[in-house]
Amino acid sequence: MKKRAELPSPLRGLIALLFWLGVWWIISLIVGREVLIPSPPAVLKKLFELLRSSGFYLSVLLSLARITAGFFAAVLLGTVSGVVCAVSRTADTLLSPLYTVIKATPVASFIILALVWINKELIPVFISALMVLPVIHGNVREGIVSADRGLLEAANIFNFSRSQKLRLIYAPSVAPYLTAGVRTCLGLAWKAGVASEVLCFASYSIGKRLYESKVYLETTETFAWTLTVIVMSMIIEKLLMSAVGRLQRRKGYDKDHGPEKEL
Amino acid sequence: MIKITGLKKSFDKNVVFDGFDLTVEGPGFYALSGPSGSGKTTLLRIISGLDRDYTGKVEVSGVISYVFQENRLMPSVSAYDNVFEVCHDRELTSYLLDAVGLPDAGGKYPSELSGGMARRVAIARALSYPHGILLLDEPFTALDAGVKSRIISLVKQREQGKTVIAVTHDPSESEALGCTVIELKK
Repeated sequence: MKKRAELPSPLRGLIALLFWLGVWWIISLIVGREVLIPSPPAVLKKLFELLRSSGFYLSVLLSLARITAGFFAAVLLGTVSGVVCAVSRTADTLLSPLYTVIKATPVASFIILALVWINKELIPVFISALMVLPVIHGNVREGIVSADRGLLEAANIFNFSRSQKLRLIYAPSVAPYLTAGVRTCLGLAWKAGVASEVLCFASYSIGKRLYESKVYLETTETFAWTLTVIVMSMIIEKLLMSAVGRLQRRKGYDKDHGPEKEL
Repeated sequence: MIKITGLKKSFDKNVVFDGFDLTVEGPGFYALSGPSGSGKTTLLRIISGLDRDYTGKVEVSGVISYVFQENRLMPSVSAYDNVFEVCHDRELTSYLLDAVGLPDAGGKYPSELSGGMARRVAIARALSYPHGILLLDEPFTALDAGVKSRIISLVKQREQGKTVIAVTHDPSESEALGCTVIELKK
């Protein structure tokens, strides 16, 4: 059978992107009202207008600062609680219902409660952290629990210290779980963080600008801000995953953890 | 010294040992042989203390080193570091990697080694650990004839005055090591 010539992956991605831009454009032409579905050129024009305004950068930077602060705080706290729950059954029993409640509660409920409890400027930090925490906790815990029993037995025979076990067995075992968690949570933190900014009206934030564009029926601006969030999310994911990849390669955590190959 | 008295061990309803006795006095080379399922690996695990789910009395005096049936090398560090992490002695690590015929493979990760190379690193690691008793679980699988003979000579030379217990299916291996054969029955 003849093998089909395949296009390079970036080119296929570009074709898919152009296809969906085309679909969007056609829909906007069919609807014919910018206030409902603005066309891609109109959104790009608005985005360039926003890029020229100083308020844009301040809003993006402060949103970025709040959401990444929440994200990293949750990664840190989730890692600690994941480790504690993996080694202590009591802690696991105590914390398990808490994480179940956090996962099951709608984010809007947390945002409304946070409006009562804390300063509105800190709500996006709190909400982003709350969305990320259970995922990181669960993944880190799973990574530790699923550490290779055979390697742990070898470590016991050769009398490895705690730090050796941590460095040579647990950290490499947790790394892929933590990486998967970080990748999943980045988008989650952005979405929840911006949603909370919309509801709490945090000053100088993407969420506030989104809300204002909705109030003034500036749908083109809503699309432009949404595009900004998507692009920011993609850039941060690329940067963070590339840093994580470099760290894993340096530590040897990217090496195959399966059985040795037979040659 | 290893003294086992009245050992009883079973996996669910499969009885592996039912009142088994074994005494290994002083240093020497011993081979555990017997059909599959006769409990050779289980006995090594019990002697090493990795398996404590049994009844009977097991007394072991001496630090144990172990070549597992699977190599169990630490995947995130190089072959060199797999040995060094155990002995913390650079000179000994280099000597042993050289002695097992891997002078240039120290920088490779376990996933980059062939089955035979990984086996030799596992043997070098076990030999590097300060011990009085060496447990070898099918140590020469994946090794070709020339390398096997080299490793057997190395083990005989370095383990003089220590207790070596090897699980092997091949009588020529236990003969080459000069082992007293302990036959396990199913």
